[in-house]
Amino acid sequence: MLELKGITKRFPGVTALDAVDVEVKGGEVHVLLGENGAGKSTLAHVIVGSLQPDAGEFRFQGEEIRHASRHHARMLGIDAVFQEFSLVPAMTVQENLFLGREPSRFGFVDRQKIASGAREIFDRLGYAVDLKTPVASLSRGEQQVVEIAKALLIQPRLLVLDEPTSALTDAASERLFAIMDDLKAQGVGIIYITHRMAEIKRLGDSVTVLRDGRRVASRDVADVSDDDLIDMMAGRSIDDLYASDHARMRPGPVVLKADGLSTPDRRITDVSIEVRAGEIVGLAGIEGAGKATIGRACFGLEAISGGTVRIGEEVVRKPTPRRMLQRGLCYLPGDRRVEGLVLPRPVLENCSLASLSREGFSRIGFLRLRKERQAVAKMIDRLSVRTPSLNRAIALLSGGNQQKVILGRMLLRDVQVLILEEPTSGVDVTSRAEIYRLLRDLTEGGAAVVLISSDLPEVCGLADRAYVIVEGQVRSHLEGDALTDRAVIANMFQVDEVADVAS
Amino acid sequence: MSDVDAEMPSTETEEPPESEPTEEHSGLGAWLIDAAVRTFLAVGVLPILLLGLVIFFGIIEPRFLSGDNVFNVSRQLTYLGIITMGQAVVLMSGGFDLSVGGTVALTSVVAATIMSGQIDGGSSLATALTLGILGGLAVGLVVGIANGFAVAILKVTPFVVTLAMSSITYGLALMVADGAPVSGVPIEFARKLGTGKLWGVPAPVWVALVLLVVMTVLMGRTRFGRYVYAIGGNEKAARLSGISVWRTTALVYVICSVLAAIAGIMLTARVSSGEPNLGGSFPLESIAAAVLGGVALGGGQGRLLGAVGGAAFVVMLQNGMNLIRVENYVQQIVIGIALITAVVVDRLRDVVRART
Repeated sequence: MLELKGITKRFPGVTALDAVDVEVKGGEVHVLLGENGAGKSTLAHVIVGSLQPDAGEFRFQGEEIRHASRHHARMLGIDAVFQEFSLVPAMTVQENLFLGREPSRFGFVDRQKIASGAREIFDRLGYAVDLKTPVASLSRGEQQVVEIAKALLIQPRLLVLDEPTSALTDAASERLFAIMDDLKAQGVGIIYITHRMAEIKRLGDSVTVLRDGRRVASRDVADVSDDDLIDMMAGRSIDDLYASDHARMRPGPVVLKADGLSTPDRRITDVSIEVRAGEIVGLAGIEGAGKATIGRACFGLEAISGGTVRIGEEVVRKPTPRRMLQRGLCYLPGDRRVEGLVLPRPVLENCSLASLSREGFSRIGFLRLRKERQAVAKMIDRLSVRTPSLNRAIALLSGGNQQKVILGRMLLRDVQVLILEEPTSGVDVTSRAEIYRLLRDLTEGGAAVVLISSDLPEVCGLADRAYVIVEGQVRSHLEGDALTDRAVIANMFQVDEVADVAS
Repeated sequence: MSDVDAEMPSTETEEPPESEPTEEHSGLGAWLIDAAVRTFLAVGVLPILLLGLVIFFGIIEPRFLSGDNVFNVSRQLTYLGIITMGQAVVLMSGGFDLSVGGTVALTSVVAATIMSGQIDGGSSLATALTLGILGGLAVGLVVGIANGFAVAILKVTPFVVTLAMSSITYGLALMVADGAPVSGVPIEFARKLGTGKLWGVPAPVWVALVLLVVMTVLMGRTRFGRYVYAIGGNEKAARLSGISVWRTTALVYVICSVLAAIAGIMLTARVSSGEPNLGGSFPLESIAAAVLGGVALGGGQGRLLGAVGGAAFVVMLQNGMNLIRVENYVQQIVIGIALITAVVVDRLRDVVRART
């Protein structure tokens, strides 16, 4: 169906794709695998016509294609769902779905047709969402579903999915997988970009591994093991993703304690958790269960209507990010583009932003540029951020490297408690392992980590214990051997015979 | 295109590159194009525009490059230049200030009224000048605090706040001045700060140079400067980094208004009276100048020196048009077109950068 030969794409200073060959058959799921910066995204953009290759041959259904634009690709039946959304926040779900192709009657927009068309596609997706709410008020996961619905609407013949599950709950992911099976049966070709090993086995028919813009290999999924794939991607093996060989620390005193915490919007009610020095505590739960709200309320990003937040011995009356940072509580936002990155500014300024008032980086308001640069360079090195220079605009870095810079921003401070929301969403395997190791190092140094994550293996592999959050409340607390994927899932979906399932 | 494609906007281009210097273009021509593109990317379009302007007016009107005119232009530049510095800082923080013109007018009227009142009341010249200048600065401070309070604490959009403030300050200026220019400004004031010079350089230019150095240090070497860029680039990220966003934002508006007040005091010296109608074109001209100088309209990007260069362009354009007797109305049209062009070119630069 799709045949790419020798596709090459150069950007200033880098060859993003170097003579890459890919072949995708109709009715199969072809996985694109590689670290961030390996060229997966560039390749996807070439396929959907938003980037033009500098060299190479592009055949779609036997015909040589020269895409003029994304629009042209859509006319051919090639569409994509990218991690960055193309939705208009102020418009409703159904308006977004039909944006630019509104059905009309007598020159007026046919609202009924829009409504019924939208209803139909969401029924098929098995996803209940109010079609008349503005997209802005949806969660990231829900927006992702809308984005997928939008792509399905043109009845694509080739669909590119760029990490579609990174913002989805497991249940929503399962529904997406079922739809993918449907599409496959109809002969649609799917190019699937993911960082999750489990998904490759579950979904993939064939896989192409990219590294540094080159194709390492294309294989049938059945013929390769996870270890093979990781070896191909990294060029070395990562035996221990979660760094679990580290000695588990004996937990110290309680450093963060939320007591009966509630928010006015009732996203969380009467939540009590405590976190001790030297441990990693997971918060698990489905999308919208309120696990992120707990972290945000502790850091002062959500109003609190009841309960207290305590740091060490001190009850912090009215948490604000500034006050909490001063008390050693740091927070890594879940959506780095919205709350983390200062896109037009260089890596240097992004990394030091939270610690400029520290002794050493400034004196009576004046910056000590040399010291700042040295400290940031050291941090960049420690986190192995791949950037040609500290002056590079952070917008030009890959997702994993951006995430590490934002993490570095927190680590340049004196961290007592670090709350992370989805720290590895859209982050490649190598960077993931590095981030995990770093968190372990932190706890060994006596800090505490709160890991809010939708990635279950991550929570179970990394956390010493975890709270399962259901409908804004702590449903259960799992520790040690009881902390398994199955136990967490059983709790999340409120399966009654928890004990049975967990055993 | 009906689509709002958020992904990689800067690299998404549909037409082939127009002027890519390749081996086939031979010799000087290719070298010139290549050099021009590289200059464009490094410093923006401004130096090219400035050079073009000087060459254009230099050829068709020799007086443009005469010593007298250069002296004149440099003095003229100081007023818009100082205001543009303030405007640029507000733009970098992600806002803008439409009240700089009104601030200039109110400052002028207040300073002139105080000075003439003091002289009439028998105060010494020094007292009159000091009080007049302090009064003018106080106007800037109060306007800035009001703007800052409304934008940073009441969270009203800068467009509404500063547009309303412009109306308020012009109204107040007319009220204080009773609708007519305030006379009785001491001649010494006009002589020193208006037409005076030091080592052959106009006095206002010295003031502007000092302010440029101070502001450049403030933006490039202090925490405050970093915070301004961070807030302009992503306010939420700034807040999550523990930055006191409201304090920084409020201060940005205070700085802008005080700079406008300084320009207002110097303009009062220049015209040697308090003018309630002064500075109506400053909001537009200062925004045009800053954007021409590479300050991003959305915030988070730009340099003060560039903004002042943009002001130089605007002033030289006006001066050149005056010399060749282009009508005032036409000049206004040209400045408007320049602003729109600046915004378009600002975006074009990103596109070209992505291609090379």
